[in-house]
Amino acid sequence: MTQTISRRSALAGAGALIVALRLSGTHAQTETGTGSGPSKHGLPGSLDDTPRIDAWIRIDASGAASILTGKAELGQGLKTALLQVAAEELKLPLGRLSLVTADTARTPNEGYTAASHSIQDSGTAIRHAAAQARELLKDEAARRFGVPANALQVRNGQVFGVDGKRISYGELVRDQLLSVDATPTSRLTSPADFTVMSQPVPRVDIPAKVTGGVAYVQDMRPDGMLHARVVRPPSYGATLRDCDTSPVEKMRGVVKVIRDGNFLGVIAEREWTAVQAMRTLAATTTWIERQELPDEVDLPAALMNLPSRDTTIHDTGSPGNPGILVEGTFSRPYLTHGSIGPACALAQFADQKLTVWTHTQGVFFLRDAIAGMLRMPAENVRCVHAEGAGCYGHNGADDAAADAAMLALAVPGRPVRVQLMREQEHAWDPFGPGMVVKLKATVGADGAISDWHHEVWSQSHMMRPGPPGTLIAARLKSDAAPPAPPVALAQPEGGGDRNAVPLYAIANCKVISHFLPDMPLRGSSMRSLGGYLNVLSIESVLDELAVRSGQDPVAFRLRHIEDPRARDVIEAAASRFGWTARVKSSESTGFGFGFGRYKNLEAWCAVAVEIEIPRLSGVVGIRRVVAAVDTGQIVNPDGVRNQIEGGILQAASWTLFERVTFDRTRVTSVDWSAYPIMRFDSVPESVEVHLVDRPGDAFYGVAEAAQGPTGAALANAIRDATGVRLHQLPLTPARIRKAIAR
Amino acid sequence: MTTLIINGESRSVEASPDTPLLYVLRDELGLNAAKYGCGLGQCGACTVIVDGKAVFSCVTPVTVLEGRAVTTLEGLGSHDAPGPMQLAFIAEQAAQCGYCIPGMMMRAQALLNRDPHATDEAIRAELQPHLCRCGTHMRILRAIRRAADEMRPKAEEAGTGR
Repeated sequence: MTQTISRRSALAGAGALIVALRLSGTHAQTETGTGSGPSKHGLPGSLDDTPRIDAWIRIDASGAASILTGKAELGQGLKTALLQVAAEELKLPLGRLSLVTADTARTPNEGYTAASHSIQDSGTAIRHAAAQARELLKDEAARRFGVPANALQVRNGQVFGVDGKRISYGELVRDQLLSVDATPTSRLTSPADFTVMSQPVPRVDIPAKVTGGVAYVQDMRPDGMLHARVVRPPSYGATLRDCDTSPVEKMRGVVKVIRDGNFLGVIAEREWTAVQAMRTLAATTTWIERQELPDEVDLPAALMNLPSRDTTIHDTGSPGNPGILVEGTFSRPYLTHGSIGPACALAQFADQKLTVWTHTQGVFFLRDAIAGMLRMPAENVRCVHAEGAGCYGHNGADDAAADAAMLALAVPGRPVRVQLMREQEHAWDPFGPGMVVKLKATVGADGAISDWHHEVWSQSHMMRPGPPGTLIAARLKSDAAPPAPPVALAQPEGGGDRNAVPLYAIANCKVISHFLPDMPLRGSSMRSLGGYLNVLSIESVLDELAVRSGQDPVAFRLRHIEDPRARDVIEAAASRFGWTARVKSSESTGFGFGFGRYKNLEAWCAVAVEIEIPRLSGVVGIRRVVAAVDTGQIVNPDGVRNQIEGGILQAASWTLFERVTFDRTRVTSVDWSAYPIMRFDSVPESVEVHLVDRPGDAFYGVAEAAQGPTGAALANAIRDATGVRLHQLPLTPARIRKAIAR
Repeated sequence: MTTLIINGESRSVEASPDTPLLYVLRDELGLNAAKYGCGLGQCGACTVIVDGKAVFSCVTPVTVLEGRAVTTLEGLGSHDAPGPMQLAFIAEQAAQCGYCIPGMMMRAQALLNRDPHATDEAIRAELQPHLCRCGTHMRILRAIRRAADEMRPKAEEAGTGR
């Protein structure tokens, strides 16, 4: 069998390459939907898929530059970071640059804005394209001046000669100058000369967001726009029994009621009319429902009893070594993405062409899915990214886009805006899947880990469009698309088994992934995928082994890890926290530590926490959090901090509060009272993030790096404060009180 | 027809009396800052100030607002001339997706208007009705602290301080 080295696995370094080769032959679907095959052109980042320089960089006669990216702003600061990269290499002031984000009619196809890949895929491509564009402009100046290019200097959008001659980019640019393919190597700016990259440049999108500007797809109001709402079935498998549309059709301001199979929607002149019409329609509709959900009371057992496809993803040494045994069954419930803004989209159908404005993470895949759903040629569908509220993965964005497309077809020519209601967003979210990890490990008489056995059970974390059947509307309409087949993301990035292989040096170590093709609840990608529970479980067991063998948890980690960059972040977090000198201020104080390298391939992150748990209440108060992170070359240090701070607070919320609830028929956690998340009374007293700078290094994805280490640090701090180890998430006050009392 | 006083201007709106203020602000008056988040008063994204108090515009029908003073985020300043609360959020880069932020700013403004000396504890307690999913809480708290420190001398000069 011929082995091919994919771009992703080549990035991974030697250790992960072994795993990738072992699994080659299976379909290597990646989380971004790109980069899985062999390198096409030997070019860096997304240039390998889209090699033309002017696909990324365009310069007009005024000397201003348009930067094009196939990635999308999700509130993570992508726009600002990509502009910094382009400005640095083009030697243009930031103010002379504009950015076009994901649009099937204009930008490169960079798959999904997912998996913390945007800076390494798009940032790398734009950096090289910009550097090569600058050199092409310089060469053109050299040709015109009749001097060698190395005699010229470039700054501020102008090329300077030795004798006071100068010429601007606007004068230099001519047809086709940048219409060439990129070459494999570029003259990149040295980190020592950076003036824009590695600087905390303020986010370009924040001023509009804090002054009421048009900042989101929700704020778009094209002329003639109509408002729509959908009526979703009350449960997954429900079918329409009876529906009386006449009372709604008679309502003043209602333009149209749409019924297509089990898909129901209303279109009105005004938004509030659409909401009232939706409520009336829901009240006059009856459904046939089925009891098909598992028993939530024992979700872990229900998941482990499902049929599974089992893969040994790591196997070294031989088990059965003596020592102190630690074992535990860790589980997390289904979690919801919980965007504060329910999903929204606009669509307009005119002249047989459909345009959809959407906050999807993958405009090209969504275009194909919508075209498939509507049986239209893909070239007649255009998807344009417009920002929504933060998504943290595959949420309702694509479903709202499909709803808008369905409804726009009913009123040709008119733009239709649809927004989901809170209860629809909560009930129909493609949840972060419920998961189980069983872990068993032994520490020998020498104080070293002698055995490690990790098994993980999870359904797919990758049910994004592509296939039309990933869209709710496509499943509900009368000529319904077939259900989309479950996708197992391959190692080394992994899906449910992401981060399941421990980074620690353990001689006898086996890791088994149980992929569950069934999907008891709708699920898909949510920030860090399986990485959160796998890291939390690994770091909990590691902590327990240290405690039981009388070793300090941080020293125990350092004893078992060789990677110098892992050691650096662990040591940085521990020293900034004051780990070795830590003193409990009361008997309810707890200290905890967690470490992970995201996907075992991306940024390194270590987190230390101090908490307080009053015994009577069991309520976790977070006093302080100290994190250290290494993301390689930093583009925007404040952007990295913002992502890590956000990751810490969000992961703390998952760990302490969150659980999707359901009965045997319906999801029941359909608002913020039934699905509580962190509020200000639970926010830590302080959060510090320390950046380990690596000038000149590659970019490593950072936005999801804090999830696992934060959960682990909290679980370990609760153990430290109470003396008991909890395994079932969320770690609620009731569970903590019960465990203490036992 | 209902007459509302929005950011100091009298505006006649056609919406039916039961229409929540949020939909009037966004759809009839074209004001973007107040956001639909839950329609239930659980998240705070729609918060505006009515007669000095922070209210959820998603559950406040316009009929009860006849003749009362409504302030939205647009009333605190503009993109070209941001007010102190807006400048503080920009200075602290206190947003990720930013969808929840206008509501937070309005409640904070109402608090600081009535108590320019609000303590950190008071600010935290005041923000309890508001949700942020990106985890920007630490920056939001810093931005409000900064806004308070900026606004206090002016408030005292105007005689509204303690």
